[in-house]
Amino acid sequence: MGNKIVEMKKKAVQIRMELLKMIHRAKAGHTGGSLSNTDILTVLYYSVMRIDPARPDWEDRDRFIASKGHSVESLWCILADLGFFPKSELETFSQFGTRLIGHPNNKVPGIEMNTGALGHGLSIAVGMALAARMDGKDYRVFCLMGDGEQAEGSIWEAAMAGSHYELDNLVGIIDRNRLQITGPTEDVMGLEPLDEKWRAFGWEVVPVDGHDIAALDAALNGIPASPGKPTLILANTVKGKGVSFAEGRKEWHHKVPSDAELELALKELSDELARLQKEGDEQ
Amino acid sequence: MNTIPNRQVVCEVLIELAARDRDIVVLTSDSRGSAAMGPFASAYPDRLIETGIAEQNIVGMAAGLARNGKKPYVASPACFLSMRSIEQIKVDVAYSATNVKLIGISGGISYGALGMSHHSLQDIAVARAIPGLKVVLPADRHETRKMMEALVNDDCGTYVRIGRNPVEDVYESDDYEFVLGKAVTLREGGDITIIAAGETVKAAVDASDALTREGVSCRVLNMHTIKPLDEEAIIRAAMETGRIITVEEHSIYGGLGAAVAEVVVRHHPVPMRIVGVPDEPAIAGKTAEVFRHYGMDAPSLAALALQMLR
Repeated sequence: MGNKIVEMKKKAVQIRMELLKMIHRAKAGHTGGSLSNTDILTVLYYSVMRIDPARPDWEDRDRFIASKGHSVESLWCILADLGFFPKSELETFSQFGTRLIGHPNNKVPGIEMNTGALGHGLSIAVGMALAARMDGKDYRVFCLMGDGEQAEGSIWEAAMAGSHYELDNLVGIIDRNRLQITGPTEDVMGLEPLDEKWRAFGWEVVPVDGHDIAALDAALNGIPASPGKPTLILANTVKGKGVSFAEGRKEWHHKVPSDAELELALKELSDELARLQKEGDEQ
Repeated sequence: MNTIPNRQVVCEVLIELAARDRDIVVLTSDSRGSAAMGPFASAYPDRLIETGIAEQNIVGMAAGLARNGKKPYVASPACFLSMRSIEQIKVDVAYSATNVKLIGISGGISYGALGMSHHSLQDIAVARAIPGLKVVLPADRHETRKMMEALVNDDCGTYVRIGRNPVEDVYESDDYEFVLGKAVTLREGGDITIIAAGETVKAAVDASDALTREGVSCRVLNMHTIKPLDEEAIIRAAMETGRIITVEEHSIYGGLGAAVAEVVVRHHPVPMRIVGVPDEPAIAGKTAEVFRHYGMDAPSLAALALQMLR
C-alpha cells in the first residue's frame, strides 16, 4: 500500500514535468490549474477509476468529466501515459489542426464530452449518473470543477438535481486552489462557506488536502461517502503546486514558463522525484 | 377544425416509440403540463425526468444521458430552451455530438399576450447558426407525427419548434413521404413561390389557392427542415418561378427568409420578400390576430404576391 502511494507521488511529479514541457513547447496553456489538479487526477486515473485504455468506450467504465476544462494539460499527459493515444502526440498540443486542443475534446479516446464553457460539467455528470442507475449499471461518474467556476449558477441547478435524485454514484470534486484569473476567489466573488453550501444542497462533503496522495486515495476510494447522497470532495489545493515560483501566484493561471523558468521548474521536480525514489527504496 | 395540438401528438408518438425502445426518456422543466407530457409520465413514470425550472441543467443532463446511451427528448418552452440553454445546446449537444432532441414547445408567438419574454422569435436564427444541429418546424399534427417518427431514427441533435394551440390541418393524413432536409411541394406553380415553415404553412397554402382563383400559379414549399436546408428546392423555385416570398413566425432577421436568401443570392438571384415579425417586440394578441397584423395571413400573402407580379 505504502509503495502504491509513493509510486503515485512519483507519477504526479512526472506528469507535472511533462505538462510543463508541453506548455513551454506550445507557448500556451493553463499552467497553474493543471499543476493544482495533477494529484487529484493522478489518484483518479491510477487508483480509483475503472477504465481500460484499450477500450475507451467500454460501457461499464467509470466516467470522468473535466468541467474546469481549461486545465486539460495534466489530463492529456495522463491519458497519453496510460496509452489512450501515443505519447508523441503531446507534441501537437495547441498546434494547428491538432485534436489535443486547450480543452477536453471527445475526438480523443478517453474524453467523454467536450467541455470548456464553465458550469456545464456537473449537469452532464448528473445525466450520466442517472443513466447508470436507469440501466442498473454500477459505474461511477466523477466531475472535476474549479473553485472560480462555483460562481456559475448552472452548477447549483445540477447540485440540486444530484441530491434530488439521490445519485450516490456521482462524485463532484472541487479543485479549491483559491485563485482565479483576476485574483483570490474570495475577492472576486466570495464562495465561503463553500462546504456548508454543498451540504445545504444535500451533498456529503469530504474535505481533503488535494496534494496528499494518501488522503485523496482514501477519500476517492471511499465513494459513496454517504449512501443515497452524491459526494463532494472539497480538495484544498495550491495553484501552481510543485513549482516554487508559481505556487499561489495568480499570474501563473495561464503564464507560459520561459526557458529559464522551465529549467528551474524541472530541476525542482527532478529533485522531488529523487527524494521520492529514496523514500520508496527505504520502504 | 382540428382540435389536437402538435404537442399532444409529440406525446402520443413518444408513448408509442417508448414501448419499443427502452432508451427513450423525456425531460421536463416543470413543463409536463404545457408540453402535454402528462400521459407519458403516467405510462412511463421512470422515464419522465423532471429537472424543475432549470433550463441549463435540463440540457446538460440530457447530454449526459445521451452520451450514456439514452435517447432524451427535452420538452421545455421554446422561449427559454432556445435562449437560457443555448450554450448547453451549442457545447453539450452540438459540439459534443450527443443525440438530444430539443422540443421547444409553445413556440413563436403562442404565448401571444404574455409579451416578448415568452415569445421565441429568434430561436431559428440562433439554432441554425450552430454547426451540427438540425432545426425542424412541423406544419400540422400529421407532419408532427411524421417528424417524430423520423427523428427517432436520426442520431443528430435537433431543435424542434412547435406551437401551443391546435393548428388547422395542412395534410389530410400522414400518408405522404417525409424526409428530414427535404422540402415538400404542397402546391405546384410557375409564377411565384411561397416558402413557409411551421404554422405559417397553412397560410401559404390558402394564399396559393386564393391566387389560383386570380389566375396566378403559386408554388408552395413546406420547408419543415430549416437545417439542413433543401437548397435544391429553393434553387429550382428561383429558376422556375422567378419570385420568392418567405413567411415565418420568427424575426425577419436570421430565420427561414434569411436562410432562403443566402441560397438565392449565391445561386440564382431573384426578387424576394421576407415576411415575418419585424425588429420589435411582437404585438400582443392571438396567433391569427398577430399573423394578420404582420401580413403573415393568407390574404396578405396573396396580396403581396400580386404586388410582386405587377
